[in-house]
Amino acid sequence: MSYEELLTELSLADERFVVMTAENRALIRNLPKLLGKRFVDTGITEQTMMGAAAGLALRGRIPVVHALASFLSMRAFEFIRTDAGIPGLPIKLSAFIPGLLSDANGPTHQAIEDISIMRGIPNMTVFAPADEDDMVKMMPAIWASPKPAYTRINTRKTAYVHEPFEPGKAEVIETGTDITILTYGLLFEQALVAVEILKSEGLSVGLVNMRSLKPVDEQAILNVVDSCDFVVTLEDHFLTGGLYSIVAEVLLKHRKTANVLPFALNEKWFKPALLPAVIEHEGFSGKQVAETILGYQTKHIQPEILKPQFAE
Amino acid sequence: MHDSSTNNKKLEAIALNVREHIVKMSTDGGCFTGASLSAVDMIVYLYAEFLNLHKGNLSDPNRDYLFLSKGHDVPALYGTFAELGLIEKERLANHLSIDDNIYWHPNTKIPGIEFHSGSLGHLPSVAIGVAMDIKIRGGKNKVICIMGDGELNEGSCWEAVLVANAYQLDNLIFVIDRNHFQANMATEDLIPLEPLHNKFAAFGAAVSRINGHDFNQLRNTFGKYPFAKGKLNVVIADTIRGKGLPSIEARADRWFCNFSSDEVTQLLQELHGEHQTQLTSETLVVR
Repeated sequence: MSYEELLTELSLADERFVVMTAENRALIRNLPKLLGKRFVDTGITEQTMMGAAAGLALRGRIPVVHALASFLSMRAFEFIRTDAGIPGLPIKLSAFIPGLLSDANGPTHQAIEDISIMRGIPNMTVFAPADEDDMVKMMPAIWASPKPAYTRINTRKTAYVHEPFEPGKAEVIETGTDITILTYGLLFEQALVAVEILKSEGLSVGLVNMRSLKPVDEQAILNVVDSCDFVVTLEDHFLTGGLYSIVAEVLLKHRKTANVLPFALNEKWFKPALLPAVIEHEGFSGKQVAETILGYQTKHIQPEILKPQFAE
Repeated sequence: MHDSSTNNKKLEAIALNVREHIVKMSTDGGCFTGASLSAVDMIVYLYAEFLNLHKGNLSDPNRDYLFLSKGHDVPALYGTFAELGLIEKERLANHLSIDDNIYWHPNTKIPGIEFHSGSLGHLPSVAIGVAMDIKIRGGKNKVICIMGDGELNEGSCWEAVLVANAYQLDNLIFVIDRNHFQANMATEDLIPLEPLHNKFAAFGAAVSRINGHDFNQLRNTFGKYPFAKGKLNVVIADTIRGKGLPSIEARADRWFCNFSSDEVTQLLQELHGEHQTQLTSETLVVR
C-alpha cells in the first residue's frame, strides 16, 4: 500500500479529513477528484495553508497538509508554532523531500533542521519513517492522534518489513553488545548495510529505528547505552538539534554518559546532486559508515543506492 | 428611521461604556488604548446587531465567527463582551493579573474569543479555513476578520485575499480598521496603502469604504452582505486612532498607553465631554 492509497482509504471513510497542499501534489494526484471540496490546494502559500488548516481544525476537521519540507517547516514555521502549536490543533504535516531526499535541488530545499525546529514546538509530535512500509504502518496512528504532527515523508522502498507502530516507541531491529546504530528516515537503508558489514567483521551489532522522535523512546536509548559499548547516531540532519542532540538530552536527564559517534551534517549544507551520489559524498553509505566505525577499509561491496521515485 | 435612531442610541451607549472600560484598562501596565478606541464602534455594531453570536451560542457550529487579527484591539473586545454579557464586567478588573487571562492580546480562555492573535497577518487565513468549512457543509454562517491597516504590510494578508478570491468565499468579510497609523507612524508616511480600495478590488474582492464610527453607514454596508456572489467582502472602515478622547486622537505616540490614575480620572471626564485632559505620563512609542 502506498501513502496515497492509505490516505485515500482513510479520508474517504472519515469525513473529518481534509487534504491540503501548497501546490505540491506529487503524493496525492488522485485525491482532488475523489475528495472534491475536502481537497484544498491554496497555491504556493505555505503560511495561508497553515492558517486555513487551523481554521478547518477549529471546525472539527483533521487537515493533512502537504508541502516541501523546507518551505513547510521554515516558511510557515511561525504559523505552525502559533496556529497549530499554541492551541494544539490536530493538524498533520506531511513534509515532502526532507533531508537528503531533496537531492539535487540545492540548499534552499534542504530541510535538515526540521526535526530540531519542529520538536521545539510544545504540543508538536515528530516522526520520521524509515521507508514506505514503515510510513504506511505509522500514518494511521499519527493521523488518529489528537495532536499536531510533523512527519518526514519517505516513499522509498526497502526489502525490510517493519513491526507495527506505536507513537513514542522505537523499533528495535537487532540488539548487540559492541556497537548499536540509532537512526531514522532514509538512512535506515544504509544502516542495514552497515550492520551487515560490521557483523561480518566479527562484531556484535544492534540497530534501532528511531521512527518516533517526539515523543522519543527514552527507554530504548537507555537500554542501548546500558547493554552496548559504543553508540552511533546516523541521520540526514544538522548535527545540532536532531537525534544526536536527543540522545544527549536523554543521557543527561538520566545522569548517564556513553561513547557516541554521530553521523550528521556538521555546520554545513550538503552538496546537491542525485541522491546516490549525495549519500556517498557525505559519507553516509552503509559501507562508509561501517568503515568509519571500524577505522579501516574492507572488501565489502556497497549495494546500489536507488534514485528517488519523485523529484520535486 | 425611528428604529435606526433608537438603535443608534443604544449602540452609542454601549460604545461609550466600552470606551470607559478601555480607559480603565490603560493604567497599571496599560494597554493598546489608541489602537483599541478606533475599533470600538465597528466591534460594538458587529456584536450587538450584525453577528449571530451571543452568550447562548458560543459553541454552536451554526454561529457567526469574528476573528480579531489586529490583536492589540482586544480591550475593545473585552469591553464589548462585558457590556453584552459574554463575560462578567467585574472580570475586567483582572486586566493583566496573573490570576486571569485578560492580557494584551486575545486568547481563547476568554469566552467569545475564537482564536488567539498577536502575530499580525495570521487570522485572515484562519478565517479562510473556517469559511471554507462552512462552504463545504453548506452552512449560512458569516465569518468576519478584523485587520489593522498597518497589519496590511504583512504579505500573508494579501496571500489570504488571493486564496479567498480563488475559493469564492463570499461568506467571509475582511474588515480593515483604517485608522491611518502603523504602530508608531502614519501609514502613508511609512508604507503607503492608498489607493486601498483599488488594491483589494484588483485582487477580486467586493469592497466598501465607510466611516467606521458611523452606525448608519456600518448598518447600511453590512446590511448588503454578501456584497457580490462569489466574492470576498472587504469593508475598509476609516477610523480615528484614539476616537472619543480628543487629547489622544490621531496621535502616533498614543498607540499603547499606561496612564496614571489621575489621568484616567481626567480621561473618563473627557470621554463624557467635560474637559480635555492634561497628559503628563510619558508617551510610549515602542514595539
